[in-house]
Amino acid sequence: MILTSPTYIDLDVGAVRQQFPILNRMVKNKPLVYLDNAATTQKPQAVIDTISEYYSNFNANIHRGIHSLAEEATAAFEASRIAVQQFIGAACPEEVVFTRGTTEGINLVAYTWGRANIAAGDEILISGMEHHSNIVPWQMLCEEKNAVLKVIPVLDNGELSMIDYYNLLGPKTKMVALAHVSNALGTVNQVKAMIKAAHQAGAVVLIDGAQSAVHLDIDVQRLDCDFFAFSGHKLYGPTGIGVLFGKKDMLENMPVFQGGGEMIKEVTFERTIYNELPYKFEAGTPNIAGAIALKTALDFLNGLGRDNIRKHEAALLAYATAQLELIPNLTVIGKAREKCSLVSFVIKGAHPQDIGVLLDNQGIAVRTGHHCAQPLMERFGIPGTVRASFAVYNTFEEIDALIAGLWKALKMLS
Amino acid sequence: MTMEKDILEIESDFVESFSFLDTWEEKYEYIIELGKKLPPLEVQYKTEDRKIRGCQSTVWLAPFYNDGKVFFKADSDAMIVKGLISILIAVLSGHTPDMIINASLDFIEKIGMHAHLAQTRSNGLRAMVKQMKDYAIAYKEMHEQENYQWNKKR
Repeated sequence: MILTSPTYIDLDVGAVRQQFPILNRMVKNKPLVYLDNAATTQKPQAVIDTISEYYSNFNANIHRGIHSLAEEATAAFEASRIAVQQFIGAACPEEVVFTRGTTEGINLVAYTWGRANIAAGDEILISGMEHHSNIVPWQMLCEEKNAVLKVIPVLDNGELSMIDYYNLLGPKTKMVALAHVSNALGTVNQVKAMIKAAHQAGAVVLIDGAQSAVHLDIDVQRLDCDFFAFSGHKLYGPTGIGVLFGKKDMLENMPVFQGGGEMIKEVTFERTIYNELPYKFEAGTPNIAGAIALKTALDFLNGLGRDNIRKHEAALLAYATAQLELIPNLTVIGKAREKCSLVSFVIKGAHPQDIGVLLDNQGIAVRTGHHCAQPLMERFGIPGTVRASFAVYNTFEEIDALIAGLWKALKMLS
Repeated sequence: MTMEKDILEIESDFVESFSFLDTWEEKYEYIIELGKKLPPLEVQYKTEDRKIRGCQSTVWLAPFYNDGKVFFKADSDAMIVKGLISILIAVLSGHTPDMIINASLDFIEKIGMHAHLAQTRSNGLRAMVKQMKDYAIAYKEMHEQENYQWNKKR
């Protein structure tokens, strides 16, 4: 399978690459081949410039202060909230809570909604392919409340067992917390159907969108999820900024998360009246620069065209998978019918860590290990995988470099 | 391994060996070869408490104490790690606890492997060095305790 000229899309990958200064650098005296995009994506110049511009021109604390800088900063911050609202199809900006990232968003829900709504004997349902961030907060909640954590099994092909899912759903199920896309396998879970089933069983649904937001069109109203969490840094935005979407009535009825400034309306030593949405969940000075630059990242994505990006990434994935499968003793882990922009694999006789070290020495950045999904690795009986994950700026030549790099690593290890 | 050589001498032997290796390929091929040559660790030593668990690979490290000296045996499921352990064992095994505790291991930088020292989340050299030194400290304390008990009896 040779796909060297992507004529099917209206996307100039060369021009895209020029927007990413880091792609010009050398690693170990070789041009960087960055294939660890599921961990974090690189940042376009526009995002870097926005951060610099904020601190150079209008740095001020938001939502207070009457001076011009504070007004400018607040306007930019709130404009970003509206951009996020549009990006995920939320009904109103109040449903968009800025967080540090996906992990904080999930913890916020487990902490506030969870502590108010979970009682002894209740069940929380997650899947066998969750990232530790969507396991541990629920485990902590279950321990505290004597609730039960149940797990939807993963099939050999890397899809969730829907039969088991429907069987696990029951009157005791209070929360279903699911990865939209698996960070270790690339599986796109059929969340729309799963959300519908969960609601019929009376459960609330949180979708971990850490891996999906950058690749898929997100429409939280169409999905009908109650919560959706994602991170800015995995979609060309800065680290330390993320989003928790929550349906307005859910968020309104939830207790507050952290206490402090910004989240209050009125404070006396006797009592505090909390601020309205979304501010009641945004205690303290937020990552203003990050939030503003997140809008720039979303503009970047929309500007290229989500469909164009998707087609390019799908072609990269198909090409990489086909080329990898030509390598003897290589097994792709996760062969779901619908996959997203990453391929995980193991090679008999070569430890993922050895492969990672030898690829790094060739300037090729991949992720090796358990991908913060140890239960999933155990399910497949492997210590970890090598994972190559793609972004809009990756090229077919870079996949060729990965394949050549792998051949070289295997030769050295043999 | 020549038992008469002290730690610094063994370190400089490695620095010399590595100085002949010009490219990263040659360096890693040498390390991989050392890994393959590391005598296998008997299965009874591959226990949970001898594991140095990291994010990436598994390392088993078994210490032995004989005649005032500490000896190490080890294994790993990853070949480069195994090669690096092989070097550490060649340098540190067979010396007194004090010599092991005080070894600065500067040679790691000189052979160009210091990047592995910084890999805090994987099974880097750092975790292995720390474990080996911890065993040396434990044996030293045990030895002092025994001397103390023995002196007390006298």
